[in-house]
Amino acid sequence: MIAAIDTSRCTGCNLCVEVCPTLVLDATDAVPVIARLAACQTCYLCEVYCPAGAIHVGADQFAPEPASFVTPDRLRRDHGWDEPRGAGQLDDYRRLGPLLNAGVEIAARRQAGPL
Amino acid sequence: MTIRAADVLVIGGGMAAAWAALAATEQGARVVMVDKGYCGTSGVTATGGPNHWWVPDDPGLRAEAIARQTAKAQGLAEPEWMARIIDLTFRHLPWIAPYYPFGSDGNGGTYFSGVRGPEYMRALRTFALAAGVTILDHHPAIELLADGDGRVRGARGHDVRRDVPWEIHAGATVMATGGCAFRSGLIGAALNTGDGFLMAAEAGARLSGMEFSLAWSLSPTWACTRTLPYTAARFFDAAGAEIAVPSLRAGHAHYQALGAALLRGAVYADLSEAPAALPPILHRIQPLTAASFARKGIDPFRDRFPVRLYGEGTIRGTGGLRIADADCRTDVPGLFAAGDAATRELVAGAASGGGAVNSAWALGSGRIAGAAAARESRRHRMTAAVHGLGRAGLHPTGQSRPIDIAAATVDIEQHMHGYDRALFRRHETLTASLEALGAHWRTVAAHGQAHGGAAVPLRELAAMAATAQWCTAAALARAETRGLHVRSDAPETHPHRARRQIVHGLDTVVVAAETPAAVAA
Repeated sequence: MIAAIDTSRCTGCNLCVEVCPTLVLDATDAVPVIARLAACQTCYLCEVYCPAGAIHVGADQFAPEPASFVTPDRLRRDHGWDEPRGAGQLDDYRRLGPLLNAGVEIAARRQAGPL
Repeated sequence: MTIRAADVLVIGGGMAAAWAALAATEQGARVVMVDKGYCGTSGVTATGGPNHWWVPDDPGLRAEAIARQTAKAQGLAEPEWMARIIDLTFRHLPWIAPYYPFGSDGNGGTYFSGVRGPEYMRALRTFALAAGVTILDHHPAIELLADGDGRVRGARGHDVRRDVPWEIHAGATVMATGGCAFRSGLIGAALNTGDGFLMAAEAGARLSGMEFSLAWSLSPTWACTRTLPYTAARFFDAAGAEIAVPSLRAGHAHYQALGAALLRGAVYADLSEAPAALPPILHRIQPLTAASFARKGIDPFRDRFPVRLYGEGTIRGTGGLRIADADCRTDVPGLFAAGDAATRELVAGAASGGGAVNSAWALGSGRIAGAAAARESRRHRMTAAVHGLGRAGLHPTGQSRPIDIAAATVDIEQHMHGYDRALFRRHETLTASLEALGAHWRTVAAHGQAHGGAAVPLRELAAMAATAQWCTAAALARAETRGLHVRSDAPETHPHRARRQIVHGLDTVVVAAETPAAVAA
């Protein structure tokens, strides 16, 4: 669930209010407020979209957790969210299917062999 | 009240909706798209990473792919539909290149078929806006509008951010509201409550394949993630004893073993045997899945962690609104369906359409429905007199009284996804569930009443109750095992049952058989 919006980083652009699919946040004159926490589905997309790195989403989908701003731009960097096309941010993406299938292979082989 | 006119109204904001809106715009139509959330982040594509059924334009390769899929579909799909969907996907997915940072295929080319959800939906939104589509976010549709002839003429809903009701009058309407996961916690599916099924059914639409509604995501108990890291997992109980779980190749038996263990107690996953290449790059493939562990201070490839199954309802199943013709029309004049809101049996049959086939269907059916809706709108100009078709939650048949939406939702989800019921479907439990779900439906139909934005959650409850009834009635009627539909009390597949099951009705649910065109011919 969304844990906090860092008031020192937030620029008040309200993009998070707009992009949250379940309308967890309300706009104010300054920093948006977490108005409907129970509606948060922990999709992290407010944090990914936030250009200021001002949002932290806790990992637990069912219970609130304390905020941490140790690596505020980690998700955006992992996504390459701000990089231009052609920067290679999705160059490992083709490996998803093969790695998924390799895992299934490993499990199947383990079961076929002696335990 | 805001009243707008459009040639084509697209209800939904996921990939099928976006492709439908784009295709309609190319035909010169004025298109309005209303999304319950935000087109770009709402729905299961936005948090996922759809691979698309991808077959190069080579007659031999395509014939081979269609033959393979036909065998998997167990008699319920149609090769002509597969050929169309493969072709549309192959031609159109690369069109998003100006908006989507396609990666390398490792051989100096572009990797097109698999796309990451957040970037994909951001690209489709940008593409649709550039094409002139009017996107209205946070505008849930509440009911369809019809004219005196019963032709669908748009919809009515609520702008929940501004708390203003809206009405959109359209020459044709595309239902692209996705599937229904019954609020199971499945990532990205919070808004997928079957609203489009209910709205269309109230207009007279029928549904098909609702028994193929058993699919699961394995994930940590604290959050539903993508499933890439878990395919090589070993499983242990709380005492550290290994649990025998057949690999994912075993399909239903894999989930049945996990479900049975979860009914006994906690289950822990051990990913130490995952492919060695995965741990260093998981965060580059699925950043959000990696974050789910990092933020818990857990190294998923070293530490055992508790897991559970998250039900996917109809989403990775194949059921949905019946497609009546080659233009993706539903049974109702003026109403088209696309993506997970439509039955995917035409391409997936009884097998899971999960992953590649369902995504290709969403793109392809979106394009077919959008273009056809644009053509249809030219033949059916605006009419002044329209009326709302919504009933349950809006116009109760009895005394209006408050309904505990949260409690009813939990109970409905248990009837759909409770491990003891869903993983071991049998006559007695399905019969009992159908009775309980009927009671939920009768309560909301008889007593539910809300206005404005408050109607949205009540209509969601009505939609989940109706959808659960259709899934359960269809599962009860199909007294055999076929594809995703596994009956513990009827493990055989019967050749004479290679027919689709059509369900309709709200107060009285009716199931009838229909022979696929390719088989009938």
